[in-house]
Amino acid sequence: AGQLVKLVRCDHIGGLFQHRAGSGRSLPEFGLLLLVIFVLLEGSLLPLGAASSTSKSCEEAKQGHTEVHNFTKKAFPVLGVDYGHIKNPFEISLWVLLACLMKLGFHLIPRLSSIVPESCLLIVVGLLVGGLIKLAREEVPPVLDSKFFFLYLLPPIILDAGYFLPIRPFMENLGTILMFAVIGTLWNAFFIGGLLYGICQISNSDLTAIGILPCLLFGSIISAVDPVAVLAVFEEIHINELLHILVFGESLLNDAVTVVLYHLFEEFSVDGSVTVLDGILGVISFLVVALGGVLFGAMYGFLAALTSRFTSHTRVIEPLFAFLYSYMAYLSAEVFHLSGIMALIACGAVMRPYIEANISHKSHTTIKYFLKMLSSVSETLIFIFLGVATVDGRHSWNWIFVTMSVVLCLVARVIGVVGLTFIINKFRIVKLTTKDQFIIAYGGLRGAIAFSLGFLLKEDHFHMRDMFLTAIITVIFFTVFVQGMTIKPLVELLAVKKKQEAKRSINEEIHTQFLDHLLTGIEDICGHYGHHHWKDKLNRFNKKYVKKFLIVSERSKEPQLIAFYHKMEMKQAIQLVESGGGSKLPSAVPSTVSMQNIQPKNPPATTKPAERVLPQLSKGREEEIRKILRSNLQRTRQRLHSYNRHTLVADPYEDGFSDLILKKQRMMIKEMTNYLTVPAAAPDSPTMVRARLASDPQSYNMKPVSGGVPTIQVDLASPQSPDSVRLLDELGEADGKEQEKDQGLTMKLPGGSSRPNKPGETENTREQQKLTRCLSDPGPSADEDEDEPFLP
Amino acid sequence: MIRKENLENIPALAENPIKNQIIEAFFDKRNQHGNEVGSFQEIGFEQFVMVMSHFRPPNLKTTKEEKQEMRKEKLRFLFNMHDTDGDGIITLQEYRKVVEELLSNSGAMDQDAAHEIADAAMLEVASTNVPQMSPEDHYEGITFQHFEQILKDLEMETRMFIRFLDVDTTTMHCGKATS
Repeated sequence: AGQLVKLVRCDHIGGLFQHRAGSGRSLPEFGLLLLVIFVLLEGSLLPLGAASSTSKSCEEAKQGHTEVHNFTKKAFPVLGVDYGHIKNPFEISLWVLLACLMKLGFHLIPRLSSIVPESCLLIVVGLLVGGLIKLAREEVPPVLDSKFFFLYLLPPIILDAGYFLPIRPFMENLGTILMFAVIGTLWNAFFIGGLLYGICQISNSDLTAIGILPCLLFGSIISAVDPVAVLAVFEEIHINELLHILVFGESLLNDAVTVVLYHLFEEFSVDGSVTVLDGILGVISFLVVALGGVLFGAMYGFLAALTSRFTSHTRVIEPLFAFLYSYMAYLSAEVFHLSGIMALIACGAVMRPYIEANISHKSHTTIKYFLKMLSSVSETLIFIFLGVATVDGRHSWNWIFVTMSVVLCLVARVIGVVGLTFIINKFRIVKLTTKDQFIIAYGGLRGAIAFSLGFLLKEDHFHMRDMFLTAIITVIFFTVFVQGMTIKPLVELLAVKKKQEAKRSINEEIHTQFLDHLLTGIEDICGHYGHHHWKDKLNRFNKKYVKKFLIVSERSKEPQLIAFYHKMEMKQAIQLVESGGGSKLPSAVPSTVSMQNIQPKNPPATTKPAERVLPQLSKGREEEIRKILRSNLQRTRQRLHSYNRHTLVADPYEDGFSDLILKKQRMMIKEMTNYLTVPAAAPDSPTMVRARLASDPQSYNMKPVSGGVPTIQVDLASPQSPDSVRLLDELGEADGKEQEKDQGLTMKLPGGSSRPNKPGETENTREQQKLTRCLSDPGPSADEDEDEPFLP
Repeated sequence: MIRKENLENIPALAENPIKNQIIEAFFDKRNQHGNEVGSFQEIGFEQFVMVMSHFRPPNLKTTKEEKQEMRKEKLRFLFNMHDTDGDGIITLQEYRKVVEELLSNSGAMDQDAAHEIADAAMLEVASTNVPQMSPEDHYEGITFQHFEQILKDLEMETRMFIRFLDVDTTTMHCGKATS
């Protein structure tokens, strides 16, 4: 039978081949298709092969055992097959590989990805794969097993969402979001559940057996908007931030409601009745679930932030802390039946500002990419599994129930959104227009969470479980396919405002802060404890206590404006270096305005001679700067070999130093510890030189720590800063000069009296030279260039 | 009648970095929707309310033109706050002062950093509004048009407002009014 199936499949695929070849596919896509088919074949053939081989190896083992005394000469098995040994990891890897290949494939086909959202395609693939497996008459692995889903597939997506949640718009619209999440979901659940019950009673089939409570349970399962589906679809349509955050925030926050309702109705469906007391307990339970989840998340978030304060020595495992603490927050919340999703969101949102201030840039990038990768794979897997589970599941189709549930879902959503918006608009300044309401209603997609919740239902308590599952799947398919596919053209048709490519200017930042203070001040004058007052209080509390506690010392004091400015400067500097010269600093309007135009014509007599004239970078200058930067990079690389432990020990593993260099360093460290006195309480950070880049709010000016700790000053001033101008001039002359003149990092020894002259030590008396250093974006491609990154 | 000292004595205002600018704004004649310049020594209730009127939020019935008007009004208020000498332009010195004040609350004030930021901001305004300038030209300062232009994405009319949902006149303490 196995052989037959194999043949059938080969034929089928061969047919596919011909068809494809005939339609003149281009080569890379063809190759990809081959790859996929190969993977599929491999996945299906190996288990078949294994069945025969495992018995063989068992026999051999038995034989070998019994025959150990009569040692008959038997050929040593050069090649054996033992599939059972690696079965599980192999299958898991195969699934993930399939998911990733699918993702690749979709993006190779240009037209398809713009018409059909990825989620639909993935479900179709799942259907196909499920069909194939069923054809092979093998047992479909229970892939969308609820435990697997809730414990492994869902957390990465939620963490990704929570970590990168745009806090400001979220907080500004929190009231609206909560209204939609809580009251909207409640309304949906009761409306759908109640009406379904009514319809079931009216219909004269066996549906009448379904009680009110199972109906309400069904309603609560199906009513929740699903974050995975929403993310998947909304990411591709790029609507404006407000709508995105409204729908997305709602999908995240309604988890608490869903959890409570689900448990409530599940419990009481067994008992058979719900009293008023239960209702009240339910409300209390909701508060506990929601706030408890948030509390857990915040707690773990703080722990993560605190831990990251001390990770300056072990940079490599920094990202792990972020992931582990968040995952534990999720699991801990789930232990108490609290809302794990809200715990994850709270953890991610709380720990982010502090962690970002503490960790190295590479760790930051790692976290970002890893989260995106995990969540992307999870999402893909979820959709594929949804397709597989559809094929596999036992279905019980009931026209009335299924169609009515789809219809009721839509109707409930529309009524809910319209009604709530009417109330909400009375309290909002930026009102929600009809267009907005339509998008919000239309974007209420259901997804895998509903399916998993339905899957969790116990068969013996709910004899209509199969019917429920069928209905849930139908609703999911309907929302994802129909709504998912049509939302993009609808958005275009209705001319909904799209996401603006926000380029934050320094003026906007200044005035945003200015406004905040202004409004707080006005509120204070009027004695009105409003919105701004409390926000200001929270910020001040944060700055005074929390930041000091959670962030590595000097960086906690940096005001936001300066951080923003440095960020922008670095971005521009990097763009300059990356743009390969020849083009001016990217700006929306090419401009020839320079600082000279702005400086007051008659500088007052009190200006210092060092009044800055920041030159506009002409072509020649840019070339110069880049040359100097490059040469400085080289010089500092050479320099570093003789540097002290403070730069080197930081992350020898991360930077990939060879063992030889390591040993050399350690020898030097031993030498130097004889000379240097390190005060006991010196924090490591001032002496650690960090290479930070654009995305980190980083104070680059490190004040030398008083005491006997040698400090290394690196001022990551932008190419425009006057200090680098000075550097330029000096280096311009110094081109032919001796290498002794210290251009790179300088080591300034404190007090500096009795220290022997070490290589790399410079004159303390001389003014600190500041180095302009631009590192390219440490994405995967750039790292290859940096074989010896000179600074951790 | 209120005088400056009355406002300065409000304790909650003490930690506000731009306290002085705010207080000045109340006594600034330019904010009275008239054409006068200079500043009052003391203001009465009417002038106070005139200043507060800049913080009205738009409501459902506000038309698009009215919203534009509101935005211009609010931007004008902000502009007056920055333009301390009243010449209609925000010069580099004045802008520097603004940024200094903003950063004054954050502990160790790095004046150089503040100047750098102000310079960069000014450069940005200049490059957006007057892209082509030869090296000899001098950009006097930010005019009101330029100011509007640079902040047009901030949607002032929806951000610059105070919400008085539950206020009654007794809670409007504005320092001790000496008669």
